[in-house]
Amino acid sequence: MAEDRWGAGVLAYADMGYWQPDYVPRDTDVLAVFRMTPQDGVPPEEAGAAVAGESSTATWTVVWTDRLTAHDHYQAKCYRVEPVVGTPGQFLAYIAYDLDLFEEGSVANLTSSIIGNVFGFKPLKALRLEDMRIPVGYVKTFAGPPHGVVMEREYLGKYGRPLLGATVKPKLGLSARNYGRVVYEALRGGLDFTKDDENINSQPFMRWRDRFLFGMEAVNRACAETGEIKGHYLNVTAGTMEEMYERADFARDLGSVVVMVDLTVGYTAIQSMSAWARRNGVLLHLHRAGHSTFTRQKSHGVSFRVLAKWLRLAGVDHLHAGTVVGKLEGDPASVSGFYDVLREDRIEADPSRGLYFDQEWAATAPVMPVASGGIHAGQMHQLLDLFGDDVVLQFGGGTIGHPMGIAAGAEANRVALEAMVKARNAGRDLLREGPEVLRAAARHCPALDAALATWGEVTFDYASTDTPDVAVTPVPA
Amino acid sequence: MITQGMFAYLPPLTDEEIAEQVSWAMDHGWPLSLEHTDDPHPRNTYWSMWDLPMFDVGDPTAVLTEVRRAREAFPDHYVRVNAYDARLGRQTTAMSFLVHRPAVEAAYRLVRSEGADRRIAYTVERVR
Repeated sequence: MAEDRWGAGVLAYADMGYWQPDYVPRDTDVLAVFRMTPQDGVPPEEAGAAVAGESSTATWTVVWTDRLTAHDHYQAKCYRVEPVVGTPGQFLAYIAYDLDLFEEGSVANLTSSIIGNVFGFKPLKALRLEDMRIPVGYVKTFAGPPHGVVMEREYLGKYGRPLLGATVKPKLGLSARNYGRVVYEALRGGLDFTKDDENINSQPFMRWRDRFLFGMEAVNRACAETGEIKGHYLNVTAGTMEEMYERADFARDLGSVVVMVDLTVGYTAIQSMSAWARRNGVLLHLHRAGHSTFTRQKSHGVSFRVLAKWLRLAGVDHLHAGTVVGKLEGDPASVSGFYDVLREDRIEADPSRGLYFDQEWAATAPVMPVASGGIHAGQMHQLLDLFGDDVVLQFGGGTIGHPMGIAAGAEANRVALEAMVKARNAGRDLLREGPEVLRAAARHCPALDAALATWGEVTFDYASTDTPDVAVTPVPA
Repeated sequence: MITQGMFAYLPPLTDEEIAEQVSWAMDHGWPLSLEHTDDPHPRNTYWSMWDLPMFDVGDPTAVLTEVRRAREAFPDHYVRVNAYDARLGRQTTAMSFLVHRPAVEAAYRLVRSEGADRRIAYTVERVR
């Protein structure tokens, strides 16, 4: 530390105590790892110290009022800086924050602290929050998912296979009556859930109340026909909390098993809806609308794995987490890490999957990941192999665009799924034999046959932007 | 048609195929159990138990024997095989699939009770 730590003027952040290479993080600290791209001439340790400072107590100049506090307790400590392998100019900065810096049970406070200010800091060209370790002491101040995977399955009476869903299309323009038709056909055909899209709220062409009424008529008709419990994610996203509560209460009164909100409502509104969902016995689906504006680019923003942790704390039952094989961004190794963050109780650090820290969830309920966006029945073996059973597979276009109709599209997906689960359980090698399993199932299901003929060859094979730095080198057996 | 369980959209499982699924459960350490009912209402959670869960049974043919006995005893019922995962964090059903349906399937209809403001309360009621 500088000799004249308290003289008026500007000091390097590293000289103000924010760079502490000897600091040993405590089990109760909140840990964060940032990917930094410092401006030319800024030493990486000073950049790391600046990130620690600007995300905790510091401002740009020395202030004597620090001396009224136990400042070394409140200041974040950058305890490690290392170059990013294979990417000159980028560094990883590991920073520890005392638990005392955060308000209990508030994702808004956590995020305001960690990402509130520092991302526009001039000495850095770019900054990305790659991962966080939330200490158990902080985890347990959050209620977590209102119901979780186990309760959801017991509520629905559906076990041993992924759940199936579809987003009603077109996203915009359908009248409420036509919209309910899509819900009814998809559910009676074999899906477990249908879904409002993120931008279906309450527009002039279809007001929310009308959609809820026609949608629940459709859901209940399908339940009576199939003997299964089914649901439609009624999107209650609105301009105010009061309006969201009114819509959610109405959905509950109509007997809906699930409501949804968009990420755009904000963390506090999500936590409020989470508490509502637990109080009312209704599942809470979250659509991560807008996340790619800050999660996708590897050099700047917040990794989705961090967002997934925040949302497990905030408490949602469903969260879209990527498909790998579909139309939206998703590197297989990173996405596998996201799924673990949502579903596992204890996660060990694994740089090859972008997991920088161990994370204990201490019995916080798991979140059901949702795979949605450009997936179809012909990929069922890959999807089951990637994600296992605790996932909602959502085939929107792949259901509604079926040449024989929506119910046939739903049936094709259900048959493909059940055939693949049955084959896996019988010991078949999904990746090798999957296509043959699908063809065999299609021989007794014309709807699946038509689906495979329509989409069997469709792939979205583009390079991912968001990939782990560390690749696993295959080891010969 | 009642489409509950993991394999409702596939042709009925043969005994050999049931044994494969049972083996999968046993490989995971999930004990098997059987349940039956004449009322597969979507909200009917508690079907009648066919004896206790087979906690210490490691041979799929023993489970198949129970499946055959249950079918013979309740030909007009639905019979399902469940596998249970007792691991911490799960402690719930891991698999559930039908192994028998009655010759005449149960059927349900929707009963609507109209309220104010176009509100409708729905009940699923047995018709057959």
